[in-house]
Amino acid sequence: MAGSGKGKGRGVNRRQFMGNLLRTACGVGLMGMGLGMYSRQASSLPAMAIRPPGAIPEDEFLGACIRCGLCVRDCPYDILMLGQLGDEVVAGTPYFTARTGPCEMCEDIPCIPACPTNALDHDLTDINESRMGLAVVVDQETCIAFLGLRCEVCFNVCPIRGEAISLDYQHNTRSGKHALFIPIVHSDACTGCGLCEKACILEEAAIKIFPTHLAKGELGKHYRIGWREKEKRGRALVTPDQEHQYNLPEGVRYDLQGKGLIIESENKGEELPVTSNPLDTLNRGFGEQ
Amino acid sequence: MKLTRRDFVKSNAIAAAASVAGVTLPVAKTALAAEDWEEGIRWDKAACRYCGTGCSVLMGVKDGKVVASQGDPDAPVNRGLNCIKGYFLPKILYGQDRLTQPLLRKTNGKYDKNGNFEPVSWDEAFQTMADKWVAARKAKGPKGVGMFGSGQWTVWEGYAASKLMKAGFRSNSLEPNARHCMASAVGAFMRGFGIDEPMGCYDDLEHADTFVLWGANMAEMHPILWSRLTDTRLTKPGCEVHVLSTFEHRCFELADNGMVFEPQTDLAILNYIANYIIQNKAYNKEFIDKHVNFTKTATDIGYGLRADDPREKAAKNRNKGTLTKISFEEYAKLVEPYTLEKTSKLSKVPEDNLLRLAKAYADPNKKVASYWTMGFNQHTRGVWVNGLCYNVHLLMGKISEPGNSPFSLTGQPSACGTAREVGTFTHRLPADLVVKKDAHCGFAEKVWKLPEGTIPRANGKANGAEQTDISGKPMGKTLIHAVAMHRALKDGKMNCFWVQCNNNMQAAANMNDESYPGWRNPDNFIAVTDPYPTVSAMAADLVLPTSMWIEKEGAYGNAERRTQFWRQQVKGPGESRSDLWQIMEFSKYIKVKDVWPEDLIAKMPEYADMTLYDVLYTNGQIDKFPAEQVTDDRGNKYDNDESEYFGYYVQKGLFEEYRMFNSAEGIPKKGHEMAPFEAYHKARGLRWPVIDGKETLWRFREGYDPHVAKGDGVKFYGKPDGKANIISAPYEPTAEPPDKDYPLWLCTGRVLEHWHSGSMTRRVPELYRAVPDAVVFMHKKDAKKYRLRNGGMAKIASRRGEIVCRVETRGRNRCPEGLVFIPWFDASRLVNKLTLDQTDPLSKETDYKKCAVKISRA
Repeated sequence: MAGSGKGKGRGVNRRQFMGNLLRTACGVGLMGMGLGMYSRQASSLPAMAIRPPGAIPEDEFLGACIRCGLCVRDCPYDILMLGQLGDEVVAGTPYFTARTGPCEMCEDIPCIPACPTNALDHDLTDINESRMGLAVVVDQETCIAFLGLRCEVCFNVCPIRGEAISLDYQHNTRSGKHALFIPIVHSDACTGCGLCEKACILEEAAIKIFPTHLAKGELGKHYRIGWREKEKRGRALVTPDQEHQYNLPEGVRYDLQGKGLIIESENKGEELPVTSNPLDTLNRGFGEQ
Repeated sequence: MKLTRRDFVKSNAIAAAASVAGVTLPVAKTALAAEDWEEGIRWDKAACRYCGTGCSVLMGVKDGKVVASQGDPDAPVNRGLNCIKGYFLPKILYGQDRLTQPLLRKTNGKYDKNGNFEPVSWDEAFQTMADKWVAARKAKGPKGVGMFGSGQWTVWEGYAASKLMKAGFRSNSLEPNARHCMASAVGAFMRGFGIDEPMGCYDDLEHADTFVLWGANMAEMHPILWSRLTDTRLTKPGCEVHVLSTFEHRCFELADNGMVFEPQTDLAILNYIANYIIQNKAYNKEFIDKHVNFTKTATDIGYGLRADDPREKAAKNRNKGTLTKISFEEYAKLVEPYTLEKTSKLSKVPEDNLLRLAKAYADPNKKVASYWTMGFNQHTRGVWVNGLCYNVHLLMGKISEPGNSPFSLTGQPSACGTAREVGTFTHRLPADLVVKKDAHCGFAEKVWKLPEGTIPRANGKANGAEQTDISGKPMGKTLIHAVAMHRALKDGKMNCFWVQCNNNMQAAANMNDESYPGWRNPDNFIAVTDPYPTVSAMAADLVLPTSMWIEKEGAYGNAERRTQFWRQQVKGPGESRSDLWQIMEFSKYIKVKDVWPEDLIAKMPEYADMTLYDVLYTNGQIDKFPAEQVTDDRGNKYDNDESEYFGYYVQKGLFEEYRMFNSAEGIPKKGHEMAPFEAYHKARGLRWPVIDGKETLWRFREGYDPHVAKGDGVKFYGKPDGKANIISAPYEPTAEPPDKDYPLWLCTGRVLEHWHSGSMTRRVPELYRAVPDAVVFMHKKDAKKYRLRNGGMAKIASRRGEIVCRVETRGRNRCPEGLVFIPWFDASRLVNKLTLDQTDPLSKETDYKKCAVKISRA
């Protein structure tokens, strides 16, 4: 996963490519003038500092960013800061801290056009396609949703509603009669804006934004998830199973893809012609039959 | 305890790794320190401070301070769980701006309506107030003074206030904020069943097959009940959830059949369902024949606006609630016009969805529970629409048994226990008695040891004779409801107003035209009892600091008739005193002679030189139980500041006297029986009627309800003939639909993270951070149309005022085009500047859900 938005169908035409090249070259040139002297001391960004939307991969970003601060100036919510000398963040480069000032995800992303060098990718025009980082529920022991409490503040404040964070309803086996509302982050939709981390009501947030490469695992390249492949194609990958027939006593069915063995009498207690109390039958009389 | 940031990140990373690996690590570093700290914490139970769900919590106190809390694992409602507000309960006591001394507006050392607030003694506060009250009571009659209480009062606070106003001041100008909240539900209970409060209980949540939500956002407003409903949906085969609202809210996430309807057309939808049931002959004929009467209600009844409003002048039967008996066939004719096609067109809900809903109700094999809250109650046809839902349940006989339950959820922790059960409404007395009836007043006078004719009757006539007022004039009509109180203040007809335990300046509709001018009317003296400087306190003349919630011994009654008690856990800060103390102490400043006429005093001359305190509270009943050291069965000791001050066990005395209305010989209405005082300190709440120590889960059904005799099966014993009323009512339009000048509907409401006006929860930093400001939820296309963008500021204006807030097009509430939603918790964005002071003409409950606004870029 790259740091910038990899939008669907976002081809780059020749003109844009040349422009991008020029801007990048310009940035590199400035770096050559000595502005990049601190860049090497922190080649990887500290985990709590998140780059603005559209930031190109960190190594390239440090080269491209000319430390002009224009993105910071144009952020309407004043959440962007510049690394100071001695900070863990390279001096002069923009970042934000999700817990105190998350990205508000402006529709017009004003920080991006402000960038003169394409360190913030100008091809990113849909804020929902940005990938600043990834939210991770880092602590299931203290997240009170996992305990069954009705919080869900992270879900409530998430701007990619229902897609970046969804709630998984689960039976609460401890209480027996309540449900758990478990927040699940989806990396295909989460932009890493950090609104959830800011809003988390714990003293230390149980949901945090991490740079994507720190947060994300990767499935073995050889492996496919069977049911998703089937869903994608809308059919089985190989010849579908034949219809099965079974030797079964009366009143018993077998639902191969569903419940398995179904004993009718077990499921339809309420629809039996008699109740569990024999007196009901005895006292009913014959008139109503 | 303190970890450095680095330590924390490290240990958490290990924990995260461990949890992935399926291992649980002890939090080694903090464990020891934590154990030391746990020692010496005294734990005791309490009912949660916020909503009508009535979760139980355990509060941990050390060195006189609440230091810890937890959900009560033994509580049947919540089994150890809390919502996000409940999680932060200890913090509501310790906001940095708690009021700690009485404050009076003064200039040069004297009371001045336009002065600044200055600290005063309780004596000065009450003396100033008493002078004003006595003068206003004499000059302006029974409506010259008013008290506005709360469904968040403890049971005894409501009871003591009812006595002070109705018996002491001889004024029915007592209302709770529950008028804005539950009055329509009450109206429908009384008209339909003759007795208040739901027949079912929360166990319906596990027993129903089908849930239908009518104007209830349970997911946010009754969070723990919603987790029970969700669990049933998850675990019970065939369970279905239908959700109806005027916009999509969080309940739609679980809905099998989600329906967004045009505001007010719930009236039509319910009539359609009744029509469907009749057309398909699905109704339960035996049940109807035995247990139901058919009636129709007067129509075209206005909107509870001021009498000179053209909409009121146009109404044919303004404020009329007359019921006319009709036959089943006539009823069937009345619902016949509500066909699927017509209803779908009117409501904008697709036919398939409506049909699916109607079938769910009509299926004889499915148990249906219907839930509603403010969507039904805050409705200019609130009593009607509550009743239309009962109609459907009654037609099917799906009522008063596990899982078959029309259920009116309450918003407040003690809307039932206090506002309704002890009768803090203008028209009510304890235990469903009403001031309209001579016999009821007579009974109350006997219990309260008062001369006959003390309590002002609704029409000012006792036994046919005019009641004399302190002014020597006849008493006249005495009822005045919440919205009318603000109007009377503005008009100068009411000159004194005392608000306790709610924030009515922020909560009441049409703040600009009615509430604020009323409170700031130079002739008026407004006292507000509050723990924090709320919007109401800011608009008052006298501010009285209160000891809140567990800073006093208390009792709440939740939505399922469960009464829960708690002991005083800590002391209130500074000079703050509980609402109960304030009511009783203030009564010492009023002499009987100041407020009762001579002919009344002549009936009991021994009262002539007494104060109201002597007559009302040291009457040999309330002061019967001596003050004692409150001790739990584990030997822990608790303060009881009121008992210590007054010299007797105040709460017990008040509760036991109140219980006489429920249990004494010759009570006019049965069915509200309560257990003795002590029982509630032991139990995690008891659901009334409690008879011989046994709780009642479902009312009106043999076997479950001891008031239903063997062989009766079902009996709606609140009505003389034991039958419930099906009440036909049509669809009628709203008072202020959108038009070309104000093209959008405005709906207001709450959010999960904040309680009501936010006076407590906005002082919890974490909750404030989670939802800092009210935003206007609206459809993306509407935003575009009015040149607004998500996150930008918008000005929302109605005919009455305007506010500015941020636009939210992608949040938790998804509005249809043409409707915007704004929550009302935010003291810095007062949405009630926009709302219209329209009410249901029958219940007098405000409709906060439907008025017209326009929106533009700010």
